[in-house]
Amino acid sequence: MTDVAAPGAPENITTSDGVPLKVSLARATRRQRMQALLLVLPLLLFLLVAFVLPIGEMLFRSIYSPIGPDVLPNFSKVIQEWDGEDLPPESTFEVFVKDMTAARESNEIGKTVGNLATRVNYEIPGSRGLFTKSARKVKNITEGPYKEALIGLDKRWEDQHIWRTLQRISSNYTMSFYLAATDRKYDENNDIVMADPLYQIYLPIMGKTLWLSALITFICLLVAYPVSYLLATLPLRTSNLLMIMVLLPFWTSLLVRTTAWIAMLQTEGIVNNILVFTRVISEESRIQMIYNQTGTIVAMVHILLPFMILPLYSVMKTIPPYYMRAARSLGATGTYSFVKVYFPQTIPGIAAGTLLVFILAIGYYITPALVGGSDGLLISNLIADHIKKTLNWSLGSALGAILLAIVLIFYWIYNKLVGVDNLKFG
Amino acid sequence: MSALDKLPAPGYIAFGVACVIAYLFSGTLVATIGFAIIIGLPLYFMSDLPPYATWLEKFGQYIFLLICTMIFIFLITPVLIIMPLSFNSEPYFSFTQGMMSLDPAAFSTRWYQDIMLFGMNDPNRVDGWWSDMWNNATWVKAAFNSFKFAVLATIMATFFGTLAALGLSRPEMPWRSAITSLLISPMIVPLVITATGMFFFYAKKDTFPFFPDGLINEDLGIVLAHATLGVPFVIITVTATLTGFDNSLIRASKSLGANGWTTFRRVIMPLILPGMISGALFAFITSLDEVVAVIFLADVHQVTIPRQMFSGIREQISPTILAVATVLVVISIALLTTLELLRRRSERLRGLSPG
Repeated sequence: MTDVAAPGAPENITTSDGVPLKVSLARATRRQRMQALLLVLPLLLFLLVAFVLPIGEMLFRSIYSPIGPDVLPNFSKVIQEWDGEDLPPESTFEVFVKDMTAARESNEIGKTVGNLATRVNYEIPGSRGLFTKSARKVKNITEGPYKEALIGLDKRWEDQHIWRTLQRISSNYTMSFYLAATDRKYDENNDIVMADPLYQIYLPIMGKTLWLSALITFICLLVAYPVSYLLATLPLRTSNLLMIMVLLPFWTSLLVRTTAWIAMLQTEGIVNNILVFTRVISEESRIQMIYNQTGTIVAMVHILLPFMILPLYSVMKTIPPYYMRAARSLGATGTYSFVKVYFPQTIPGIAAGTLLVFILAIGYYITPALVGGSDGLLISNLIADHIKKTLNWSLGSALGAILLAIVLIFYWIYNKLVGVDNLKFG
Repeated sequence: MSALDKLPAPGYIAFGVACVIAYLFSGTLVATIGFAIIIGLPLYFMSDLPPYATWLEKFGQYIFLLICTMIFIFLITPVLIIMPLSFNSEPYFSFTQGMMSLDPAAFSTRWYQDIMLFGMNDPNRVDGWWSDMWNNATWVKAAFNSFKFAVLATIMATFFGTLAALGLSRPEMPWRSAITSLLISPMIVPLVITATGMFFFYAKKDTFPFFPDGLINEDLGIVLAHATLGVPFVIITVTATLTGFDNSLIRASKSLGANGWTTFRRVIMPLILPGMISGALFAFITSLDEVVAVIFLADVHQVTIPRQMFSGIREQISPTILAVATVLVVISIALLTTLELLRRRSERLRGLSPG
């Protein structure tokens, strides 16, 4: 619609009830837009409660850690004024001792000295004992000078590092879990440094996750390409039959397929039995193929393969066979016409398949947990461990947020290149 | 033209030589036959190449088909192999000597019986056997839970998903691509992240009406989680059936005097029903197979089939898992068949394919 009326047309076209046509049309369009939106609204609200808010909660937890202010409420206020030089003033020590004495009485979850000790221990490994021990004796300090009395309890209270850490965690919000999730930490001078290479866990696992996902995606592409080509070129009756062989694994439970791979790959399993039976390997040299990285790769390739085959197939099906024949008739060799004519037309399918498989592979949890052993674990397994076992929820959330960011970047690329509306199954 | 005529003579010779070499190498007839089938299948399926095809191209075609054969074997073997393995009479995950020689004594259905017996107080009692089985057998309880969650989650996901798909496929829908990306994202976001978020959020006290203690360890929490994961499938399948939807049908129905509800029931519904059903099947199987959310949100009484398999694989691996797996494979074959029939019906209804 343009504002310029066509030459010769009446200035104001009105509907039968006298409303200008433009206004009436805009009203009708708005009503239709509202109707469309209204249909989507219930699901949006549902996902808001069931999906968006929970993820928001996780992101919030990755920066929110109120243990310092909760356990030591008054101290957390006064320590902010300390300039970080030397030791805090005597008055701050007094507040600290009183807060610790009060905290000793608390049994409320999240507000005990034990919680504080755990929190500081994340920052300074090995400092837990200092807090639990001092908390037991701190009630005997009833009068000043508090500084000497506290140092008298334990020499470590003389250390600036402890006080700087306490100052840092006295805020409700912290970036320290993101630092920990990227193997960084604060040193004695409050500067951010890389952790000791020996203690770097998360960056190497993240690197391994990305590398393994890329490798799995690449293997999937290599395996899926010829199969999709075959399916796309065979007559429909045969290809429908073969398609069942692709779709059946796709529809089979993930756990069933993982179980099946255990049966296939274990040392007494079918693959090893066949190899021994056909004398390719001897009875003694059975290969360990499961509960390690190999097992993870094989099982994940099998599980993710349909996600590569289906988009490739749907693209290849639309490529007319006479393009290749034309290239051949113009004198191109088979290889040349494939590289120059066929392959470029399959690139949309390759983009869709690789991005989808890669996105799904990065976040995989079940298969690595079951067949990965110790060296086939991925970042998701580490996140689950922090949430369910070590209970360092903030660190788990920070790792989750980083993983989520990586996945969303690739999802955005997928959206730009392929478009979500082009996702199809079967 | 028979299949034999298609074979180039040198192909036969090479095939024969390869089989002889395989026999000499392995020394067993069974292995040689297996080998012959694998390398013979592509030879059988070799299509007629045009007359100008060179020998190199024929060889290339053979290698290509051989690779495809092996990939199909890779795809389908793990799914099929668990079926015979589940009839093992020994508590192992591999074929015994007896099974290889087809000795009837080496096969048994004991692991299928074990599905019902495992966890029962007294499998040998006579009176009250059924109630004992129903109340205590671990797998039976797990199956009951699984189907309960799956049915409820499917209804939820199909209802909300279909409504949203109807809105999304209207031409005047505002912010379509942004909203679609959001609605599909539960499928893309790693399950661990979704489950972690729900674990924190659902644990909030005094937030949810009727559930002052939060939704952790409640059936509703798991159903919500599974419905969320099923929604993208419903949206994708229903939207697919709505592409090419002829909007003049709606106008025609209205001009004949039908109101909105009648139009939906008599015109739109029959057209999108195949998409709804296949979306619902996807949502159902997603829920039936989901284990991460259950691990994060459920307590010990809310064990589902995949949860029980997960702990079974980790702790005490027994062929009962294979028996359960076989049952699940049979279920997925049934679902796959239903889906294929629906797809054909849908294409016929929309006139996409002849016949």
